[in-house]
Amino acid sequence: MERFEMGNFDIAVIGAGHAGCEAALAAARMGKETLLLSINLEALAMMPCNPSVGGSGKGHLVREIDALGGEMGVNIDKSFLQSRMINTAKGPAVHSLRAQADKARYHDEMKRVIEAQPHLCLKQAEAVELLLEEGRVSGLVTRTGAIYRARAVILATGTFLRGRIFIGDSAYDSGPNGLAPSVALADDLKAKGMRLRRFKTGTPARALGSSLDYSRMEEQKGDDPIVPFSFLNDSLEKEQHSCWLTYTNEETHRIIRENIHRSALYGGHIEGVGPRYCPSIEDKISRFADKPRHQLFVEPEGAATDEVYLQGMSSSLPEDVQLRFYRSIPGLEKLEIVRPAYAIEYDCIDPVDLKLSLEHRDFPGLFCAGQFNGSSGYEEAAAQGLMAGINAALWLDGREAFILDRSEAYIGVLIDDLVTKGTEEPYRIMTSRVEYRLLLRQDNADLRLTEKGRALGLVSDARWEKYLDTKQKMEAELLRLAETVPPAAETLAFLESQGLDPGRAAPSLAALLKRPQLDYESLAPLDPQRPALPRHLIDKVQVAVKYEGYINKQREQVARFQRMEQRQLPEEIDYEEISGLRLEARQKLNRYRPRSLGQASRISGVSPADINVLLVYLEKLRRQEAQ
Amino acid sequence: MEETIAAVATPMGEGGIGVIRVSGAEAERILLRVFRPAQRLAPRRFSYGRVIDPESGETVDEAMAVFLPAPWTYTREDVAEIQCHGSAVALGKTLELVLRSGARLAEPGEFTKRAFLNGRLDLSQAESVMDLISARTERGYSMALGQLEGKLSGEVRALRERLLELLAHLAVSLDFPEEDVEELSRAKTAEILQSVRAELSGLLATADTGRILREGLKVAIVGRPNVGKSSLLNALLREKRAIVTEIPGTTRDTIEESLDLGGIPLLLTDTAGIRQTEDRIERLGIEKSREAAEDADLVFFLIDAAEPLREEDRAIAEAVRGKRCFLLLNKSDLPQAVAEEEAAALLPGAELLRISAEKKEGLQALEERIRALVYAGALQSGSRPLVNNARHKALLAAAAEELDAALALLSAGEALDLLEMNVRAAWERLGEITGETAAEEIIEEVFRRFCLGK
Repeated sequence: MERFEMGNFDIAVIGAGHAGCEAALAAARMGKETLLLSINLEALAMMPCNPSVGGSGKGHLVREIDALGGEMGVNIDKSFLQSRMINTAKGPAVHSLRAQADKARYHDEMKRVIEAQPHLCLKQAEAVELLLEEGRVSGLVTRTGAIYRARAVILATGTFLRGRIFIGDSAYDSGPNGLAPSVALADDLKAKGMRLRRFKTGTPARALGSSLDYSRMEEQKGDDPIVPFSFLNDSLEKEQHSCWLTYTNEETHRIIRENIHRSALYGGHIEGVGPRYCPSIEDKISRFADKPRHQLFVEPEGAATDEVYLQGMSSSLPEDVQLRFYRSIPGLEKLEIVRPAYAIEYDCIDPVDLKLSLEHRDFPGLFCAGQFNGSSGYEEAAAQGLMAGINAALWLDGREAFILDRSEAYIGVLIDDLVTKGTEEPYRIMTSRVEYRLLLRQDNADLRLTEKGRALGLVSDARWEKYLDTKQKMEAELLRLAETVPPAAETLAFLESQGLDPGRAAPSLAALLKRPQLDYESLAPLDPQRPALPRHLIDKVQVAVKYEGYINKQREQVARFQRMEQRQLPEEIDYEEISGLRLEARQKLNRYRPRSLGQASRISGVSPADINVLLVYLEKLRRQEAQ
Repeated sequence: MEETIAAVATPMGEGGIGVIRVSGAEAERILLRVFRPAQRLAPRRFSYGRVIDPESGETVDEAMAVFLPAPWTYTREDVAEIQCHGSAVALGKTLELVLRSGARLAEPGEFTKRAFLNGRLDLSQAESVMDLISARTERGYSMALGQLEGKLSGEVRALRERLLELLAHLAVSLDFPEEDVEELSRAKTAEILQSVRAELSGLLATADTGRILREGLKVAIVGRPNVGKSSLLNALLREKRAIVTEIPGTTRDTIEESLDLGGIPLLLTDTAGIRQTEDRIERLGIEKSREAAEDADLVFFLIDAAEPLREEDRAIAEAVRGKRCFLLLNKSDLPQAVAEEEAAALLPGAELLRISAEKKEGLQALEERIRALVYAGALQSGSRPLVNNARHKALLAAAAEELDAALALLSAGEALDLLEMNVRAAWERLGEITGETAAEEIIEEVFRRFCLGK
């Protein structure tokens, strides 16, 4: 087939999903001429599964993306239908924001931002071949023969790469949502020696909202007031849509059980590994046979469509069975399916083949993000996309990679887990994976990361001003609370009126705020001079004061952790040469090439004794260099 | 600054002399804390004196000790050495005191590693230092394997299982807040934490072999009337030399007896004497069982296996839950009416034995199990190093501390999230004993710590 040159770029991004969009925007904002390709531009920032952004752990990621100057938080603020802060009763570190998205609006808004972004060129095209020169990435070729030269390429192929859909015993090559799959590129990567494997995920059916009887379901409303995702927005006013909750029953389960042999998952057609935390309904019923009911959330897909999403009910049963079991559920008796549930299998890599910068170890200049790296979720994808975009841009300039460690961000935990530990199923972030989560809260993501984003050139002046203002106000308020001691008699009367132990000394406002029974609002009578602060600032201040002890304790732990992270291991070490390392450690270290002793210590098969050997080895190197 | 480290620097053999080496800035302070020299201690000079427990003032051993100031030492740090000439027990106890006074147990090869890092050894020796570290780790690996087979690891695993279940609940509640999973109530959470905490106390107490040898192992015999408590007491007494007979208990309803079981003094408390006169008796019996169990190291819970289980059996099981228990199915000589599974379900985690107090069957096995219990993780046979015990104890104590913190948070009404961090830390500490923390490395960590430093 004829091939022809179509242009030169610094960076080409393959795939315009949540990873690809963030990657392309970051690269372009850092001044790199960037090309963004998608098989179909309707798939740009598409949400082929649940219509929501955020949730436990994921909300943290969105806040961090936002603080670094990424787009996801701003975009969901423009396009949500409902917003809720969840987990509020369970501790400050696990509060998480979640918003129901208007899918079409989310796509439109993101597309508009990308179209308007200088240095960014968006095209509908299918990449079929990666170009290499002397092992280094040099560009790509499209289905139609166009050659785009690029000094770095970012792969963000999602579920498109050799995508295959399963519904009942039908199986066919397809990307998500009936879009064309990317098969030629998968063949090309395989031919180039890239190790690929199969993962699987699934999505429930979409139904016509007008075919449902909401009077038989529980309504779930959004929060009032709304907490915005983006730190750029102090507050948002919006008419919110509701979600609806209903439950399966014995009849549903009977229908599924009787037809389970017709499920693709149980028919042995699927080889890919699916996520345990997101099972299909047939999985739930087989594995938890004694559970009498499972919940189903009916969620709107958009303001301009009547389609609704049936959360919790993904399936690969044939459509006739789907229709029957959905209709056995209260409120869904007359349900009409618009799009059937399906399972989808796709090619991805084992992320241990990546560096912490998300560059592929075997292909210099090739960066990878999102489901291609074995993760799952829009937020996980976007976070990696942002980091891949940043690191591709830095790499082109010969600058040091931008790595967030486990003590700095959920993004750091996400990437370190993937790259250092690998994953055996589509990876999802969870707050329980985060060691220092009292420090890594969603409320303080701006304080943690805005300066880093600014240094990279991703943080706009408006965001920067806002951050400086927040920081200054917060520090001033913390100081004021610590120094303000209300008159003893007033405090005594106040505490007694609250039925609380008066204590001995005259406490400062900060000391009073530390009491579990009191909060910022309740102290108002004692604090007539308080400044008018926005809600988000009050939250920040409150958490910082109330949990000061725990926060300080975690800071000490972080200091110990970072001592090991900061012991850098030179790139060129040949671990085979190091006497005293066990065989397994030598092989693993040579393969993974960790950046630091800390990262090395998290590689499975590298023992603490091996780390001690490395410490001695580093000292030996240092002395040799000194000589 | 580097931590001060300590380890037994000589191979441990029964009755041999052992040297405990301490290295680091705290070495002198720690030495002076645990060692009372007969004359003033002069640097670089061996002094004769006594190792004492700084808290109780009690003498542990006679010993020679020396303090070597930096930099003219092996590690180029301040070094103290204590030569104990007593038993392995005394050596272990001395190390424990040193660790309790602020030193950390040395890693394998750590003294040598420090010697190198501090410039004491030259570049040409780097390779051999690295080899030494790995060789010692290998040795520690096989030794630790031997040590870990036993009661302690079983107990710790069981506790971890319970914490793990709690952690799973907490994780679901934190990470999947909208799932339709019933959350554990705070009361239930507290119950799990308290029971694990109580068992940790039990473990810590039994790990303290010294105390048991001095004071005896307190055993409470509980069970509903006529299950054979007195017969068991008598059978045990007849078998053994009775040291004292029939000391009236602190309350008129209990009888305490002492006997010597293979060198371990046993203090048996029998809850016999509860008279069945009124219907109050059931509650009284249960209350008595609870009291007796409360300050016992070990509970013998007797069940009449020749009769079906009764409500009273279940009530007593409830009363002693959380204690280290032997579930004794008595009357094994009669036709059996209680299946083992049925009995085991009464008190999960308890050790189950069939005996006949009347015919003196199964008593041998019972005694063996008691001995195993006392010696588990502590006084091991032969030359097994005691250092492992010090490590286990430290980890058990650390886990207990985390659980205390978790319980405090719970009662203060603090959020689950904070609590989860303490529970997880406790689970991890326990995991370091059995080598079963999520990450593979921790297994290595246990074995690494086990071996002695040079």
